[in-house]
Formats: sequence, structure tokens, C-alpha cells
Amino acid sequence: MPHTAYIYDAVRTPRSKGKPGGTLHEVKPIDLGAGLLRGLQVRHDLDTAYVDDVVMGCVTPIGEQGSDISKMIVQNADWDESVAGVQLDRFCASGLEAVNIAAQKIASGWEDLVVAGGVECMSRVPMGSNGGPMGSDPAFAAKTGFVPQGIGADTIATLEGWDREAVDRFALESQRRAANARDNGWFDRSVIPVRDESGVTILERDDFIKPDTTMEGLGGLNASFEMIGQFGFDDVILRKYPMLDRVNHVHTPGNSSGIVDGSSAVLIGSEKAGKDLGLTPRARIVATAVLATDPVIMLTGPGPAAKKCLEKAGLKKEDIDLWEINEAFASVALRYMRDLDIDAEITNVNGGAIAMGHPLGATGAMLVSVVLDELERRDLKRGMLSLCVGGGMGISTIIERV
Amino acid sequence: MTMHYDKDGDGIVTITMDMSGPVNAMNDEFRQDFGEVVDKLGAEEGLTGVVIASAKKVFFAGGDLNELIAVTPDRVEEFMQGITRIKNMMRRLEKLPVPVVAAINGAALGGGYELTLACNHRIAYNHRSVQIGLPEVTLGLLPGGGGVVRLTKLLGLQAALPFLLEGKRVDPVKALDAGMIHDLVTDLEQLVPQAKAWILENRDNPDAAVQPWDRKGYKIPGGGATSPAIQQAITGGTAMLMQKTRGLLPAPEKILDIAVQALSLDLETALKIESRGLAALTLTPQAKNMISTFFFGLNKINSGASRPDVPKQKTSKVGVLGAGMMGQGIAYVSAMAGIDVVLKDMTQEAAEKGKAYTAKLLDKRVERGRTTPEQRDEILGRILATNKDEDLAGCDLIIEAVFENMELKHNVTRQLEGYLAEGGTWGSNTSTLPITQLAEASSKPENFVGIHFFSPVDKMPLVEIIVGEKTSDEALAKAFDYTQQIKKTPIVVNDSLGFFTSRTFGTYLDEGVRLLHEGVHPVLIDNMGKAIGMPVGSLQVYDEVSMELSRKAQATWREMGVEDKWGDGTILREVVDTMVVKNGRGGRHHGGGFYEYGDDGSRKVWPGLLDLYYRSDVCLPEDDMKDRLLFRQVIEALKCLETGVLRSEEDGNIGSIMGIGAPVWTGGLIQFVSTYGYDRFVARCRELAAAYGDRFDPPQIAVERASQEQSRAA
Repeated sequence: MPHTAYIYDAVRTPRSKGKPGGTLHEVKPIDLGAGLLRGLQVRHDLDTAYVDDVVMGCVTPIGEQGSDISKMIVQNADWDESVAGVQLDRFCASGLEAVNIAAQKIASGWEDLVVAGGVECMSRVPMGSNGGPMGSDPAFAAKTGFVPQGIGADTIATLEGWDREAVDRFALESQRRAANARDNGWFDRSVIPVRDESGVTILERDDFIKPDTTMEGLGGLNASFEMIGQFGFDDVILRKYPMLDRVNHVHTPGNSSGIVDGSSAVLIGSEKAGKDLGLTPRARIVATAVLATDPVIMLTGPGPAAKKCLEKAGLKKEDIDLWEINEAFASVALRYMRDLDIDAEITNVNGGAIAMGHPLGATGAMLVSVVLDELERRDLKRGMLSLCVGGGMGISTIIERV
Repeated sequence: MTMHYDKDGDGIVTITMDMSGPVNAMNDEFRQDFGEVVDKLGAEEGLTGVVIASAKKVFFAGGDLNELIAVTPDRVEEFMQGITRIKNMMRRLEKLPVPVVAAINGAALGGGYELTLACNHRIAYNHRSVQIGLPEVTLGLLPGGGGVVRLTKLLGLQAALPFLLEGKRVDPVKALDAGMIHDLVTDLEQLVPQAKAWILENRDNPDAAVQPWDRKGYKIPGGGATSPAIQQAITGGTAMLMQKTRGLLPAPEKILDIAVQALSLDLETALKIESRGLAALTLTPQAKNMISTFFFGLNKINSGASRPDVPKQKTSKVGVLGAGMMGQGIAYVSAMAGIDVVLKDMTQEAAEKGKAYTAKLLDKRVERGRTTPEQRDEILGRILATNKDEDLAGCDLIIEAVFENMELKHNVTRQLEGYLAEGGTWGSNTSTLPITQLAEASSKPENFVGIHFFSPVDKMPLVEIIVGEKTSDEALAKAFDYTQQIKKTPIVVNDSLGFFTSRTFGTYLDEGVRLLHEGVHPVLIDNMGKAIGMPVGSLQVYDEVSMELSRKAQATWREMGVEDKWGDGTILREVVDTMVVKNGRGGRHHGGGFYEYGDDGSRKVWPGLLDLYYRSDVCLPEDDMKDRLLFRQVIEALKCLETGVLRSEEDGNIGSIMGIGAPVWTGGLIQFVSTYGYDRFVARCRELAAAYGDRFDPPQIAVERASQEQSRAA
């Protein structure tokens, strides 16, 4: 690689319920994003004119999030007029895709300082409200065998033989770890509180985590996808996986990622940028990978993506100290650990999206700060971040402390 | 002139369609004459309105299927031009500056209803002969004369879909409720006058001459393409559709796709993609198969192509022997058709129990308002339940439906045939026993015919009539006419072990069992059966028909010395023996078979089955498994045709679809090969034979047809 892509900082907003009643429901997406840009600016006394581009993931880019929201966030943050902005959409991987593209921009030498992140106010712009052919074009859906992701997650569990208890147990541990990390202040370095225009705090820390979760409570929840499965989606699965006689519906709101509002931003730059601006790198981006697997189940990409990423980096599994897999559904994380044969003790060590929520376009870049903080706290070297992605894609990034 | 053009004093022109064929149809003549009429209307001075009426019993019959089935890839553009021409005429008709009213005097199905959709107002004669709907999908096609687009824009997506995707036909009252038509008349004479009256009433209403979709700001009922409810309906609707079609039927998929696009596209553009969709569908093997069998084949059968040319015979009193599952069903369908029934069993109690079945079904109909209590009592009154032989006196048809045992059937015949009325016919309901042999007990074997019903009798639409060696034309015709009297479809086959349906169906069971024996997972086997479009997998259906019964039938065949007449049954017998004798798993009604059945209706593989046969190292290509399950049946059907068990291809096609659930997309097991290609079929048979055994050797008739195909192509 001609140039090293350094991570100079990584921040995120706290996450809150992405529905009316959620603490961040009152905040516009452009304000959520701009708060982080201003936060980075203040922390590093950043000359924003130095920034080449701001790349932000957003999965529902319509309405308040429409029309290149990244550029609007740049303007809303009162950054220098010269700073560009672009919004991208690689479904749930958008935030990490933004990081990877930023890294590639730096690595190529064509840009020197880029902010990568994402924003998603799921309470204000509901998931799926932007349509798209995947489920809404009958001819395409018929041809490709579309099922909602939850059905895919249930299919993974069915294929692997994970019952309700197995997925609930995973969810319970996610809640425990997340609450523990938050309460010990392990997230504090990266979480920038959301404040109003007068500086009054709206939300300081993640408030979606449910520390009182119990196995009994989880066990009492209804399976989310049983009914729609019976409408015909289960049959789509059985046609693709004819060795199954049924889909075992194990996923519930309790063991699936939460619908939340949130935003993230990672400051990525060249060595030159660091020198010019007096920034100290925290880590570097070692390698990135993206690929696609079965689009019907849609959620089995992360394991293969991580393997591809290791190969690109010339590293082995043993070279990774901490693993982070977005908890879209419990079975996704379980499948990732099984595919890679890695230990739960070093995977999602501070919980994940089941406990903290998954603000679609923002999550990928949130993982950077989550893992980097923990690598530093434990004084470890490398972390692997992965997400499952709509359409069957998988994405991975390896970061390494410097 | 096939379009009578009559202008009255009020300036209303009535077009009365009276085409030269038996019905009004969308053919060349229509394109020519209707085009001229629309031109003339466009130029008409002082025009105040138009009424479209019909001089035929049927309002308008729709597209010409001879034309549709003949479309080939090199003629598809020409076909498109033909549709476009008609659509342009209809568009000009609906854009006339005056109201256009359809006066629907008879059936308006398919193109007929599409023509009325291009009118501003639709009035129908409220009579049972008047059916309204768009049945194109049932022939693998779509309503390409504007039907998909206009009905979607008129009713909204969710309301239109049942008519478009299922081809649902309705009577005028239901059509009115659904918003498909606007008004009814009870007197046919009032139809055209009422149409004219509506035009006069709306003289000052500018909207009366403008179609809803041409009005400014028109909102499609139920929401447009971007409404969340519609988005959900589309996503869920596609899955529901696929659950039904298993991806085997392109027509409903295409219809849904076009209907969804019609929500957001302007009318003209939507009509264009609709035409392209129809053109594409006409080229599919599925459409050619379905038109060929469900239209041409079925018409041929219904018009009596397999019936000897002797006078029609009406059955007025039928004796049914044995009040078990089959007997009680036969009694029900006969009584429903207005035939007096003597339902006889060994005891009065058993006979009454059989009659109670009819009472139960009738009660349900009364509950649903489909039958009045008076009708119920009348129908039930037609059935005499008895244990007395002499009550059979005077029956012009006796159908024996006792247990499948040659000796028992012989005894019953000897004992009771004397009660038949003079010249009466004796029918034996059997699914496998040779009729000629059964007739040996009869003193008049010429009056003896096989009448094979399917279970459940009240639901299954088919009757397989078997002609024994000595069966007379009169006896065959009697059985044929009776079948039509009870509103079922008759196929006629020659006598042979297992006839056509049971013998062919047996291969599906046998191949499923062979896959099991090879170590394939039972769930996979049954999903492969469903993947080719069979209603249920072979193992599941074997559980339903009962392995126990199959074992007994095999014992009978062994006694008759015909055990392996149609192929080596060693594996089947071994598996059935292991299941039934060694493990006590005779089938669903014997406490379980290949599957376990829960009281809650659940079904899962009997774990012992996996221990017995499943081998995780066995991995067959899915295409091989699917073709094995389908080709076995096709090969058997072709053998039946080759050896004269089948007397016509149509009987084989309709028989396989209606009797044994052959996949609809095939148009029947023999029709399947016509579009698959005999040459390709023979080659694939040989591949399968090389890999899996000589039961896949192509039958001679297929080899011959393949070489004919080649010489035609050369």
C-alpha cells in the first residue's frame, strides 16, 4: 500500500430507541451528524479546511435523510465551505463501507484527511420506507426468492440446530457485557453526548441497553417472524433449502438488533495529515474486504468476508486479538464464530447491537470506536470488524493499534 | 357486416356485435370490423353516446386461442402488433367525447370483459348464464387486452389481484359488489334501453365520458405504489403467490409484476408492458401446455370424443353397493345430480351411516347459504339407505364399491346383477382390478364396465372409465353420460392392470421409495416432489394412501401372478414390508408411517426412518431427483399410450392432472413431452437410465416421435 491509512479518532453518539418515545426522536439526522463533526473539530482543534471529504453511510436516504445528507451535515456543522460530502448505501455495512472507502482514499494517496461514518434516525425515517426492488418488485422477488432478513436469521438457526435457548442465551450475554462496559465508563472516550442548540444535554450515554434482562423474560417474547413465515416466506426458504422440512422461528425482539437512532464518525488520514495538523494516530487500517453469499438467507457473509480480509492482510486467525460481529440477529453472531472457529470470550467483548441497537447506516463505523477503545484498554493489537449485509453481502475490516 | 351500427333519434349509436363465427371473438375479423366502427364513431356528427351490445348468447368470448398457441419466437413481433392494434381501438373507444356503455347480455370473460373495461359504464343482465372475469391465468396467459392494467387502476391492486391471479369468475351480482360492473337489469329486454337511459341521464355530466384513469387527480383505490400498505401487500403477496406456484407458473408472476407497475405508470405505457408480458407468456411451454390441455383437450373430452356414437342415456336410479368412503361419496354426488340412489350395505346401520355423510355435507352447504333447507331435504330424500337386496330392483345403473377383492366382487356381481333394470349397466368401482376378469362373474359381461372414482369423491373432478374386453358401446356410453350427469370429467381407458391412473401414480410412489432406499433424506425427497409441482411428496402421499393397503394389493397381485408386471417392485416391497410388518407403520391412518402425526395436525419424519435408510454421504443432484420423480410418471403414461391402455393423449393429460395431481404446468404427463421436446426427452431418459437403471429407458413411442421431430427439423 503506497500510504498508510491512520485512524486519528473515532466517535459516536449514544444510541436510543428508534421509535417515537426514544430520547433522540426529537433530533434531526443532520443535527445528530453535525454534533459529531463539531465534536471532532473541538477535540482536535481541527482546521476543517484540511478535510477532503466526509463519507457517511445512510440506509434510508429519503426525506430528512435524502439528497446526500453527508454534505448537508458538513454544512450544518459549519465546516469550511471547501469540504465535500457523500452519502453511500451498502445496507447495514454502510458505516464500515464509509470507513473502508476513506481508508482506500488515503491509501491511494489521492486524499489526505477524510471523515467516515454514518447516520440513521430510524425513529424519524422508518426502515424500509425507501422501497427498492428487493422485496417490492414482484418479478425480481419471485426470481431471486426474497425473504425478510429475520426469516433468513431463523433459517441459519434451523440449519445449525440452534434452538430458542441458544439464541436467547447469546442475547442475555450481550446485554450483560454492554451494561458492564457502559457502567464502567469503557465507552466514555468515544461517546459524544447529544446536546441541543443551547448546549443542554439531550442524551449522555446509551439508554437502549436493558441490564435487567433475564432468560425468563427473553423466553416469554413471541417469535417475530413466525406469522409472516406462514404467509409464504418459509416456503421460499424450503425451496432453496429442500433438506429442511420447516423453519424454526427463534428470533424475537429480544435476540435481534434493536431499532435505534444514532450516528458515528471516524477521522482517517495520511501520515502527512497527522504531521500537518499535529494529530497522533491511534491505529491503522490494515485491510478491508467485501463479498457476497446466498442472497436468500442474506446473512451468512461475515465469516467468509473475515477470511478474505485475513488473506488480504496476510494474517492468520491467531493474529486477531478481538473480534467484533454486528449482532443483527443472534444467529448471525453464532454463525460467525462457528464459521471462523473463534471463542465467544474474545468476540463482542462489550456486547453488541442486540443490547445497544443497530442504527443501520451508522453501525459499521461505530464498531471502530468500540473495538479501538477496548484494544487500548486491554493493551492488545488487532481487531477484526465484520457485519452481515443486505443482499447476502459480508464486510470486514482489520484495524491495528500503532 | 358483423357490427350492426344503429343510430337513434337521441344521437346514441348502438353497436351490436354479430360476428360470422359462433361467438364474437378477438380475431382478424374483429380487428378489421371493430376498427372501422370506431373510426366511424369518431367521425359521427351529433353523437351523444354509444352502446356496445351483442347479438350472440355470449357477449364476447375473448382471444383466439388458436392464434395464441401458434405464436413462435420469430412471429412474436407480429403478434405484438396485433394486440397493439386492438388496444389502440379500445383506447380510441374510451377516449370518445361521449359516454360508452357496455350492455352485457351474456358471458363476458377474458377479452369480453376487457372490451367492457374500455367502456365508461357496464350494465349486465342478471342471469346465471352471465359470467364475468379474466380467466387467462388458468391457461398460462395474462389478460393482454388491457385487463391487468384497467382492472388494477379501477379496483386497486389488492381488490384486483384475486381476479387477475386466480382467474376468478363471478356472477353479475358479485361483479357489481366487487365494482367490476355498475348496474344490473333483471329483464334482458331492458338491457339496451337502460344503457341508453344512463347516457341520457348523464348528458350534463362531463365525467361520464371520461374513464377514471383519465380524470385529473384520479387516485387508485387502496393506495398507489408508494403507500406503505401497498408496499407490504406487494412483498407479502409475492411470497404468497410463490408459495402457491412454487415458481413453476410464469403467468401469475408476470401479472403481479405488471399490476404493480400499473399503479404508477400512465395508462398507455402500462398497456405497452402488458402487451409485452402477454407476448412473452405465449412463448412459454407452460402456456402452450395449459392451453393445449385445459382448453383444447378438455373441450375435446367434454364434447365426447372418447364416447361411442350411440344415443345419450340418462341415469335415473343408481344402486351403490357398499356404503364405505367411496360408496357414500358416490351416493352424494349422484343425489346432488338429481339421481335416485339406493345405497346398500350389509347392515342397515352401515347404510344409514353412509347416507349420513350426504346429510353432513348438505348441512354444511346450508350453513354457507349454498343450499336451502328445502333443497337439502329433497336431495337427502333421494337416497334410500338399505340392507335389502330387493330395494335395488329397477336400478338402471349399479355401481359396486365394495372392498378391492376379486372373489368378493365376483360374489356381489352374481348375487345382485339380477336386480338391474332391463338393459341396465353394472359398474365396478376399482382402482386396480382388471375389469375383464371382474366381468367373468357376470352373465352379461357386455353390460359390465369399470367406473373408477377418486377419493374424496365429492371433491375429485375425474372418473376413469375402464372398457373391459366385452364391454359394449352402450355400457361405455352409459358410464360416460352418468359421469357427465354428476358433473365430473370422464376419461376412457382400456382394461389393463392398474388401468392408467393407478399404474402411473404407482411410479411416483415407487421412485420416492427408491430414493429413500438409496439413502436420500425423506424430507428432501418430498420437497423434490413438491419442487416439480406435485401436490405432496411421494412419501407423504404414500402415508395417506396407506402402505398397509398397498401391501394387501400386492398380495392380491401375487396371487394373480402379475406382481412385477409393470416393473421390478422388489425395493418397494422390501421397504413396505420393513415399514408395515417389522415396524408397524402402515401409514397415516394406521398410527403413522414414514411420518409421525400429532393430534395438532403436525407432521414430522418418524425418527426410525432415518436409522433405517438415511445416509448422510448420499448426495444426488437435485435435477436428477426431480427428473426421476417426474420422468417415471411420464414414461409410464407414454407406455400406456403406446400399448393402447390410453385411447387418446387428451385422456392421458386430463387424467393425470385431475386424477393423480400431475403438475399443472405440464399440461399433463404426455403434453409435457411435446414442449420439452421428444428428442431432448429421449436423451435425458438415456442419461437417467445409465445412472439409475433401465426403468428410465425411453419408451418406443418417444423414440419414434423423437426421430419424427428430427426429420421435421431437418
